[in-house]
Amino acid sequence: MSNAPATTAAPPPVEKIRIKVDGRDVEVPKLLPNWQGKLEPTTMLQAVQIAGGEVPHYCYHPKLPVAGNCRMCLIEFGTPMMGPDRKPVLNPDGTPKIARSVLPYEPQTPRGAIACATPISPGMELYPSSPATKQMREAVLESLLINHPLDCPICDQAGECKLQEYSVEHGQANSRFVEPKVHKPKAVDLGPRIVLDDERCILCTRCIRFTRDIAGDDALGIVNRGSYNTIAAWKDGAFDNNYTLNTVDICPVGALTSKDFRFKMRVWFLKETKSVCSSCATGCNITIGSREGTIYRYEPRDNEAVNGPWMCDAGRLNYRWVARADRIHDVYVRGVKSTWETANREIHALLGRAPEGSVAIVAGARQTTEELYLLKKLATRLGALTDSIAREGEPDRLLVSADRNPNSNGARLTGIAFTEMGIQLPKIAEGIAAGTIKTLIVFGEDVTKHGLGADLLARLETLIVSDILPNATTAAAHFLLPGCAHAEKRGTFVNTKGRVQKFMKAVEPPGDARAEWEVLHEWVHQVTGQNGFSTIEGLFNQMAREVPAFAGLEWSKLGDTGVTITI
Amino acid sequence: MSFSVPPTLEAELDELATHYPQKRSASLMFLHAFQEHFGHVPREAVEWTARKLGLQPINVYELVTFYPMFRQQPVGKTHIKVCRTLSCALAGSAELREHFCQKLGLDSHKHTPQTTADGKFTVEFVECLASCGTAPVVMVNDDLLEKVTVTEADRVLASGKK
Repeated sequence: MSNAPATTAAPPPVEKIRIKVDGRDVEVPKLLPNWQGKLEPTTMLQAVQIAGGEVPHYCYHPKLPVAGNCRMCLIEFGTPMMGPDRKPVLNPDGTPKIARSVLPYEPQTPRGAIACATPISPGMELYPSSPATKQMREAVLESLLINHPLDCPICDQAGECKLQEYSVEHGQANSRFVEPKVHKPKAVDLGPRIVLDDERCILCTRCIRFTRDIAGDDALGIVNRGSYNTIAAWKDGAFDNNYTLNTVDICPVGALTSKDFRFKMRVWFLKETKSVCSSCATGCNITIGSREGTIYRYEPRDNEAVNGPWMCDAGRLNYRWVARADRIHDVYVRGVKSTWETANREIHALLGRAPEGSVAIVAGARQTTEELYLLKKLATRLGALTDSIAREGEPDRLLVSADRNPNSNGARLTGIAFTEMGIQLPKIAEGIAAGTIKTLIVFGEDVTKHGLGADLLARLETLIVSDILPNATTAAAHFLLPGCAHAEKRGTFVNTKGRVQKFMKAVEPPGDARAEWEVLHEWVHQVTGQNGFSTIEGLFNQMAREVPAFAGLEWSKLGDTGVTITI
Repeated sequence: MSFSVPPTLEAELDELATHYPQKRSASLMFLHAFQEHFGHVPREAVEWTARKLGLQPINVYELVTFYPMFRQQPVGKTHIKVCRTLSCALAGSAELREHFCQKLGLDSHKHTPQTTADGKFTVEFVECLASCGTAPVVMVNDDLLEKVTVTEADRVLASGKK
């Protein structure tokens, strides 16, 4: 029999071990990467996963040190029996005889091992679906539920709770527990973004290990003893670093909840959209949870090449502006509410007759690569100076990049900006001052803050601005066009390491707002006479054919986690 | 109450820290020294210990809460620890504690140490005091009393009231 494909990258050279999982022969690598990526002996849990099965677990997390405290992954197993001569004892049919692991003083009772922390050995047999394994799981679950408040109807975790899921799968329907439950602190203010319900906690210590070993902020611990054990910080509110909300994701139960999300929405109503965080150039993969056009949360989406399973709190909570009431909803032509048809007709005519070099383009590196590519096409036809604006911040050692634009490399690769962003802006300012630049096209930036003040903008014959929220530049625009947040359209960003990542549309844009690439597609068609693609797939593929850096890429080949190119 | 560590205590703690190859191993001894000195382990002492040993306060606080012997609040002048483990329980330690509580007007239903309002007495149940042959036993401050009767209990209370 052949082995199932490994879920984790196997090391070279791959030394394999032959074992049996539920009676099936499986070959698994002897060593596999641990939570830090170092090779360690393959565990039973990893082996069962490779065999295509799943071992239920709470405290085990592939990216955290193994704690082995929840006991949920207990499984029954056996090892080849050895004779006194240290030779395997064989069955009459020649197969090795297996000694099932049993309690030494009670040989009828199977003795399980925690699959997350027990290495496999050659010839070992694992029984993840045996009746004994099932019984162990049932017993562990019963014990974990003894003091659990069972407040699922009002619990935020309901619907994505491992206690619920495993109770259905491995639990028993009835509780035998008649004694009063131990009561523990409720609604503990653990940190500025985290609330803890100690009664729901199963003490798996994932949060403690995460904040100590991943975030590097040893802020959490277990206080008191026995049934009164509780997760705690030194002081209320002391759990405050830029990664605290990841503990809400990895909390297998409803103990840690996000202040931002709690009691806002039942999770089963949320539509999940694969997207990319736009708060910095790291481009953490995210899942946007939305319902009926409203975004309720961002959650990190596992991508080994970018963010692993984590994301920072700042990026995660940076979604509320999408639903701001002062979003630009309508098209305005010289201050008067208008339509796309009117505005586009005028813009097409205007750009069509613009003399070479009389137009300049400033496009934010928050626009999608496709939009920047179309703007570059336009710039080439018009002989326009182009640039982007750098946005800088403090980096950290985990995920946050100093570059706060999600698509700086997109702007560079499409030729909108040079390596040093903003180097062309003084030239554009000079051109406007000298009267040679008569038309300025701005996409998603407030240029008044970057050397093109209101006095300069006032000298322009035409100022075309596409943006999402009002600012000093939109206030000066002759043509004001409502744009889309990245969650409202499809496209790609190129992150700081050259990862080309696509994102999907989660919600509809407000009012008349349209995806910028759709509008730009029309402009390019009207002004250059070239035919383009009216689908994002076609547009991306066209760009990949024309821009050397993207050679060989296709929209469909980007997958959910993107492709790294050389930059 | 402002918290300060007297120089003699600090010197003693500094010396203690040198006994251990890893600084953090000294935390328990630090806590003992603080309790010896202050009668309990105040929060500031936890912070001080953490700072001194290069730990986070929560790491030290875990220890303080794990061991019931470490007290986070001051206790009465006469600290009565009634053993509740098997031999003493059979020999009537529950009644004995009830008696102490009743005489002192304390709530015997609470499982935590109870201190009288005047700060003179604290009564608590503790685990085995390792004198099972002479049950029931009680520790009054650092003295072990064996085969404690109600009369003996009243004598403890009387001497503590002085």
